[in-house]
Amino acid sequence: METSEISTNRARSPERARRFSDRLASGDTAANLIVFLAAASIVFITSWIVFELYRNSAASRHEFGWSFLTGSSWDPVNEHYGALPFIYGTIVTSALALLMAIPFGVGAAIFLAELAPPRISNALTFLIELLAAVPSVIYGLLGIFVLVPMLKSAEPAIRATLGFLPFFKGPFYGVSLLAAGFVLAVMIVPFIISISREVLLAVPADQREAALALGATKWESTWDIVVPFAGKGIVGSIFLALARSLGETMAVTMVIGNTPQISMSLFAPGYSIAAVIANEFAEASSEMLRSTLIELGMVLFALTFLINGFARILIITTSKKGNAT
Amino acid sequence: MTPRLFYRKATNYVMLTLTGLCALVAVGILFFILGYLLWNGGTSLNLDFFTKLPVPVGESGGGMANALVGTGKLLLIASLVGVPIGFLGGVYLSEYGGSTFSFLVRYMTDLLNGVPSIVIGIFAYTVIILRQHHFSTLAGGIALGIMMIPIAVRSSEEFLRAVPASLREAAVALGASKSRAIVTVVIPAALDAIITGIMLDLARVAGETAPLIFTAFGNQFWSPGWNQPTSSLPVMIYSYAISPYDEWHRQAWSAGFVLLSLVLFVNVFSRLVLARKGHARS
Repeated sequence: METSEISTNRARSPERARRFSDRLASGDTAANLIVFLAAASIVFITSWIVFELYRNSAASRHEFGWSFLTGSSWDPVNEHYGALPFIYGTIVTSALALLMAIPFGVGAAIFLAELAPPRISNALTFLIELLAAVPSVIYGLLGIFVLVPMLKSAEPAIRATLGFLPFFKGPFYGVSLLAAGFVLAVMIVPFIISISREVLLAVPADQREAALALGATKWESTWDIVVPFAGKGIVGSIFLALARSLGETMAVTMVIGNTPQISMSLFAPGYSIAAVIANEFAEASSEMLRSTLIELGMVLFALTFLINGFARILIITTSKKGNAT
Repeated sequence: MTPRLFYRKATNYVMLTLTGLCALVAVGILFFILGYLLWNGGTSLNLDFFTKLPVPVGESGGGMANALVGTGKLLLIASLVGVPIGFLGGVYLSEYGGSTFSFLVRYMTDLLNGVPSIVIGIFAYTVIILRQHHFSTLAGGIALGIMMIPIAVRSSEEFLRAVPASLREAAVALGASKSRAIVTVVIPAALDAIITGIMLDLARVAGETAPLIFTAFGNQFWSPGWNQPTSSLPVMIYSYAISPYDEWHRQAWSAGFVLLSLVLFVNVFSRLVLARKGHARS
């Protein structure tokens, strides 16, 4: 390290004016300064991202104003853009993913934290952490070549049982909101499991012991005592997973069908904010289109920022509660 | 046994089974993914994949040597950006923190961690590509480097905090200055854990695709230097998978298999090292 290098040729000067450079030369202040600069650069980079998004979306914000968020036309020829189909697709696929992922994720977390023997729990947790490490483009690859054909072959069965609902009408080409929701569900399950599990493990042992001492079964102590105690934290883990799925790009782009439309049917293809940026940004020919896509990026940033912040508050209050008792 | 007790015990076992099944399904998905990639990608993998350039549509054979080198170059730039800032930021939070400013740094780190990867790509585009007017390896590497920072900060801080206070006190008692104690005693004690944490961080960004598609872009040939567009493994998987050609799909599976093997290998290895050292990973 350069700090030790500097400290070897330290100079002792009685003059007060040279005190700062003296302290700098003694190494301590220099080291402090270096790590402080690194820490400050994190603050700087994050603020810079927000600033660049804001600055580069200026053209789009001036042209469309707030109606950008409610407009539903996407017309590159006349340069008229509305974000609603993308916001709709993002929210619908994420909601669908949560619907499928919550029971599995929370169930598995309860099993791993409360019910399973420690050896089995550790081994399974290890494997689930590996699942979280699988890159999203791999999920997309499996989505295109495995999930979409599977959904195609399951289509008659879905129509026969749930076909009366407005969500399963219209033609089905495989690539759809449904397929995107499925892929996202698989991707967020490991996050819900590992964070919920940690929140559950943070519940003080005396809560369980008290319930068991009163004659509750293992499940009763888990479901009636431990889970409500950790409730806010579990909701927090779900919100963290939601933030992830809103910003998820590649896997969604590959299976959602990339059609800017708003359709009640989950069989219909759709589009998400992240997917339209991924598809159109590199080839964005006009300044306006690029500015519009950057504004969409800003919308995505704002959404994930709010949801992440909310989730963290929930998780922090739960772990504080565990420490206080 | 009263009916009531029977019902309670039955519920206990039914729920144990059901929640256990949830966990098994989640783990089953991992083995399904592994098996499917091994079956589809591993079987069609050959030496050409690692040594040859991609060939035009219609010709068979060819490989993704340029994408492998491209990913390596991108990760090198990413480490040069992400590791110093992340590691030193972690040192700040662990050794010098405690003020309002470290709250701000932690908050911003969390915020940066939550930024969708595609938005980081937009940032790299506006800051670098808009000025250079062409796609480049450098821009892609910097985007990945920014993505590395939050995890590097957090793991460095966590592992440095795990170093016992008695080590710091012993160093200071022997007359070392604070910075000298940190550099010669605290950091070496946590170094292998920190390096493992950074390996995990690298494995995470190695599979990132979204920030690369409009920064490093892609390239069917070798990318000389650092200022040209380059192909990378994840972007190749993406563009080959959405192409209409069977031969390209086969290549996408092979590339997917290689990428997944690399990422999982680093993960298994690092997590085993950390587990043996007794560090709990969050």
